[in-house]
Amino acid sequence: MRYFLRKLGFFLGTLWAVVTLNFMIPRLQPGDPAELMVRRLQGKDSQLDTAQVEAMRSMLGAPDGSLWTQYWAYLADLLRGDFGVSYTYYPFSVAEVIGQAIWWTVGLVVVTQIISFVVGIVLGAYAAWRRNSKLDTTITLGSTFLGTLQPFWIALVLLYVFGYTLGWFPTSGGYSASTPGLNMFFIEEVLSHSTLPAVALLIVTPIGWILGMRNTMIMNLGEDYIRLAKAKGLPDRTVALRYAARNALLPSVTGFALALGSVLGGTILVETVFDYPGLGRLMGEAVSNKDYPLLQTLMLLTTTGVLIANLIADLLYGVLDPRARRAEG
Amino acid sequence: MSTTPNDFMAEGEPDQGQAVEQVGSSTTPDSWWQVVWSSKKARVGLVILGLYVLMAVFAPLIAPHDPLDGSFTPLLPPSGEHWLGTNTNGRDIASQLIFGSRISLLVGLFGGALATAIALVVGLVSGYTEGTIVDDVLSFVTNVALVIPALPLIITLVAYSDTRGVWLIVGIIALTSWAGAARGKRAQIITLRNRDFVTSAKFSGEGSARIIFSEIMPNMSSLVVAGFVGAATGAVGAEAGLAVLGLGDTRSVSWGTMLYQADAQGAIQQGLLTWIFAPGLALAILITAMSFINFGVDLLSNPHLRED
Repeated sequence: MRYFLRKLGFFLGTLWAVVTLNFMIPRLQPGDPAELMVRRLQGKDSQLDTAQVEAMRSMLGAPDGSLWTQYWAYLADLLRGDFGVSYTYYPFSVAEVIGQAIWWTVGLVVVTQIISFVVGIVLGAYAAWRRNSKLDTTITLGSTFLGTLQPFWIALVLLYVFGYTLGWFPTSGGYSASTPGLNMFFIEEVLSHSTLPAVALLIVTPIGWILGMRNTMIMNLGEDYIRLAKAKGLPDRTVALRYAARNALLPSVTGFALALGSVLGGTILVETVFDYPGLGRLMGEAVSNKDYPLLQTLMLLTTTGVLIANLIADLLYGVLDPRARRAEG
Repeated sequence: MSTTPNDFMAEGEPDQGQAVEQVGSSTTPDSWWQVVWSSKKARVGLVILGLYVLMAVFAPLIAPHDPLDGSFTPLLPPSGEHWLGTNTNGRDIASQLIFGSRISLLVGLFGGALATAIALVVGLVSGYTEGTIVDDVLSFVTNVALVIPALPLIITLVAYSDTRGVWLIVGIIALTSWAGAARGKRAQIITLRNRDFVTSAKFSGEGSARIIFSEIMPNMSSLVVAGFVGAATGAVGAEAGLAVLGLGDTRSVSWGTMLYQADAQGAIQQGLLTWIFAPGLALAILITAMSFINFGVDLLSNPHLRED
C-alpha cells in the first residue's frame, strides 16, 4: 500500500510542478507579460486584433493583481476547465479546438504504440534467444541505424515516395471529401490518410523495445531458473516464451510509459509534415501564430497525459512485481 | 555510408579480441583512447566525425558560395557551379549544407557539455548526500525532469523568446535533457562514496565539494564521457527538430532550417530532391557516427563488453 501511495504522491507533486511551470513561463520575462505580449503582436502586424488582446487577458487571468492572486486565479481557471480563447481559431475556446484535434493524435499514438510494442517485444525476444545469429545481427544493427534517422525526415521521404511519386496515399490532412461520421467512406479516408504518418512513426518507435527486450532477455537467459527449465527437458519454445520472455517483459511495462514522452515529440513533427489534423499540427500552428493560450494548454495537456501514463505504468508494475512494492515500500 | 552493417560485425569481432590482448598485456592498461579506438565501430564514427569537424571549421574555404546569398537563378539543377543546385530563394544548396554542419556541431558540443555539467552537479551532490533532505529535493527534481516530455516544453520555452540565437537553443536543450544522466551518476557515486579513499579524504579535512569533484569524479570519467556523447547526440537531434518546426535561429543556416524551408516552400511537390534529402542524410550520418563512438565509449565503462 505504501508503494502505491508513494507513486500517487510523486504523480501529484510532478503535476503541481508542471502546472506551476506552465504558469511561470510567460511571466519569466521582465515587465508586465500581458502588455509585453500585446506589444509584441502589435509589432508584428500594425493592426491589433481585439480578439488577440481578449485572448491574452483571459489566458493571463488578472494581470494587474500580484503574482500570488494571479496564481490562484490561474489554478481556479484550470479546475473549471477554462483555458482561455484561442486567437488562431477565434472565437472558439482552446478547449473546443483541442477537443477536435485530440482524437486524431490519440488514435495515431495508441495504434502505433501497440503495434511497436508487440513487434519490438517479439523481435527483441527472438534476437536474444538466437543471440549472435545472422538474424540477431541484422535486427540489432538495423535498428541501431534506423534509430539515428529523424522521424520528420523519414516522414518527408515517405511523403515524397508514396505520396507524390507513386501517388498511393493522400499527401495531407486527415480526410478530404467525406463528412466526418460513422460511414464507410469516412473511415476509409481516415485510414488512408493515417497510413503514412503511422508508418513514419512505426519505423522508429519499435527500436527502443527491440533493444531493451533483447538486453533484459539476455540477462534473464543466464539465470538459474532457465538452466533448471532446460535441465528438466522442457521444449525450447516453452523455455523461451513462458520462462525467459515473460520475465523480461516486466521492465518494458515502465519503459512503455516513459517512451510516450519521446513518441510525443516524434508525433508532433510527423503530424506537421503530413498536415495531419492532430495536436502536433495544432502545436505547430500555435507556434507560428504566437497563439500562446493554445500553445500553453497543449503543453500542459500533453505533459499531463504522459504523467498519467507513467502513474498507470508504475501502479501496474507494483501489481505485477511484488519485489518493487517491498523494495520501496 | 558505403559500408553495410554486416561489415562492422564480421570484421569487428576478431579485431576487438586482439585489442583486448594488447590492452591487457601493456603496462598501462587503461589508456582510454586505445580502448575506444579498439572498437571498429568507434573508429568509423571518429573518422566521420573528424570529417564533419573539418567541414565545419573550413566551411568558408570549401563552400563554393555564401549560403545566404540569394542572387542566383532559383531552382537550378545540380551542376559544376552549384553542386546540389539552388533552392526556390536562389541560394546554393551545397553551400548551405556545408555551413549547416557548424550549427549542428556547435549545438551538439555545447548542449552536450552543458547537459553533462548539470547532470554531474545534480547527480553527484544528490548521491553523495544520500538520505538527507538535499538528496530528497534533488532526486525529486531529477525525477520530475525525467518524466516531463522534453519537446513540448522546449517548444513552449523557445516560442516565448524573440531572439532565437544558437545559445538560447543550446541552453534550453541542456536544461531539458540532463535528468537521465543525473540519475545514472547518482547511482554510481553511491557505490563509490564509502570507499577507503573517500574516507581518508574526509579525515584529512577536505570539503565536500572537493571530495565530490576532485576525488570521486575522476573515478567515473568513462561514465562522464559516455554521458556527454549521448547528450551531444540528443542535442543535435533536438536542434534539428526545433528548426524543422520553424523555431531555429533564423539568421544562420542549419540542416533543420533547410528542411523547414524545403517543406514550407513545397520542395517535395516540385521534386527538389537534393534540398530535402541532403540535410536529412547529413544529419543521419552525423548521428550514426556519434552512436558508433558511443559503442567504443561503452567499452570503457563496461569491461565485460571488451571480453565478449
